[in-house]
Amino acid sequence: MPAIQLRELCGTRAGDKGDISNIALFAYSAEGYEAIREEVTAERVKAHYGDLVQGEVIRYEAPNLLALNFVMYGALGGGGPRSLRSDNLGKSMGGALLRMEIDVDDAVHRSAPRRRPHVTFVVPPPLAE
Amino acid sequence: MDDASRRSVTLAGGQGMYGDDVPSVSRLLDERIDYLCLEALAELTVSILAKDRGRDESLGYTKDLGQYLSLALPAVADRGLRVITNAGGVNPVAAGRLAVEVARTQGLSGLKIATVVGDDLTAQIDSLDRELGLINVDDGRRWRDHVDDLVFANAYLGARPIVDALEQGADVVITGRVADPCLFLAPLVHEFGWAWDDYDRLACGIAVGHLSECGGQSTGGNFSGDWWTIEQPWNWAYPIVECDADGSAVLRKAAGVGGRVDFDTVRHQLLYEVHDPAAYLTPDVVADFTSIRLEEVDQDRVRISGATGRTATPTYKALAATALGWAAESRVAVSWPDAHAKAQAIAQVFRKRVAIAGLTVDAWHEEYWGVNALHGSTVPLKDDDDAPEVMLRVAWRCRDRRTAERIGRQMPPIGLSGPAWGVNGTGKGMIGSASQHLELWPILIDKGHVDAGVRVQVETV
Repeated sequence: MPAIQLRELCGTRAGDKGDISNIALFAYSAEGYEAIREEVTAERVKAHYGDLVQGEVIRYEAPNLLALNFVMYGALGGGGPRSLRSDNLGKSMGGALLRMEIDVDDAVHRSAPRRRPHVTFVVPPPLAE
Repeated sequence: MDDASRRSVTLAGGQGMYGDDVPSVSRLLDERIDYLCLEALAELTVSILAKDRGRDESLGYTKDLGQYLSLALPAVADRGLRVITNAGGVNPVAAGRLAVEVARTQGLSGLKIATVVGDDLTAQIDSLDRELGLINVDDGRRWRDHVDDLVFANAYLGARPIVDALEQGADVVITGRVADPCLFLAPLVHEFGWAWDDYDRLACGIAVGHLSECGGQSTGGNFSGDWWTIEQPWNWAYPIVECDADGSAVLRKAAGVGGRVDFDTVRHQLLYEVHDPAAYLTPDVVADFTSIRLEEVDQDRVRISGATGRTATPTYKALAATALGWAAESRVAVSWPDAHAKAQAIAQVFRKRVAIAGLTVDAWHEEYWGVNALHGSTVPLKDDDDAPEVMLRVAWRCRDRRTAERIGRQMPPIGLSGPAWGVNGTGKGMIGSASQHLELWPILIDKGHVDAGVRVQVETV
């Protein structure tokens, strides 16, 4: 089974409550959801974050959203108002999870969207006074 | 079906945080909205407001409230728009006075401005502890064993006092710490007459609130999908939700703004700051978001339905904060070759010099920007010493402010006398001012103990 990075299969958003960070993974397809549900366990996520996450990791499933939600304790250097980290609210913590590689079926590997940014914003000129 | 239950009610989430974009509210006021809800508080925000109040007792609300009200009050007076906000922070009474002042300045009369108080537990937390034995729910520590130097303590109230205010005819409702989604649940309960034990509908209202409370985060902002395809990302979109009495709703955005409303942008917000999605705890209901259906019914319109709920817990969550110390930081940049190694050497020399100077530090933190500053040990360190440049950020926390601010002065001499060459300051980042750090205490308090102190005051301008 080929390996693939989670960034190819899902999006993410991170939230904070005190020293708890929650990371939601949103699969881009039903097949992708089954793949992450199978492979991205709480244990693997805990190991992935290493010393960034001091406490336990709990996983919840939201199949209606094709999503997994990881609740990670002791994850924000003590929490927003006391963390010495630049990212004291853990806004970037979801991105860190997208580095993880998992094994998937050939079909999932082939159909992964592999989106990459192509920035074409055209900023309008300032309005005339 | 009576008339009331056929009507739909339109809410808008015009603010997602303290410091959000005020002028964007104008785009919402151009739409046919019934309620403008302004969510101004986060854990960190309450800390900031408590520091403001510590300096000046007339402060403690979010300072941009006056600007929001200046834009919104004409619509309140002209066509019956209502405004609900928790911008009162740790001083809703002062925020209420500000609202009265804004209305008078604009020459408006007849407006009813309500303030909700009773969330502030600062004065009684020690007596509550003696009675109830308060525990930090995150780590199990007992309040009385650790606490001194309380900065604030607030309970997260629910929708009920806001509904009380609306039923007294309030046009503007200003609260302190009310749970964010309850700012949106309250007008739905008021308009549709939902019962407090109609848990499925209350859960639908909470879902609407949760999707609206963070402004642009449900309409294409802070979006990890194909973010580069979102149109006019400088022309902020804020959520507008058309709600029906059965609990279903359609989330959309204003005409002529950027952003996007689809399954992907909306689901991103649905799990934001949620723990168990089948048990989202709020003061009014425990909501199950795993039964929700999100359907793209048209371009930039997502229908939300099917949330289910069950009886709320007997406690309110409260958040207390105690003073922990003062933190500051220093940043320097170093160039290739060996940028990471040089940055690590500078950090060690800096810490050694601080020790020699006899300055006591409670906690240190080092980050190497360009290597792994944000993602730490999740980043594989291949060829890290080939980085073209690395920025070192050293941060520290001390017991007192003066020590925290003196420490940064150990950094500049390293540029001439330290072991590594090619050290650059980063603007004003080499010696920074200190900021206060707070320790948060999430605690649970039986509702009766808090409700006894909740008051709604309505003033007619």
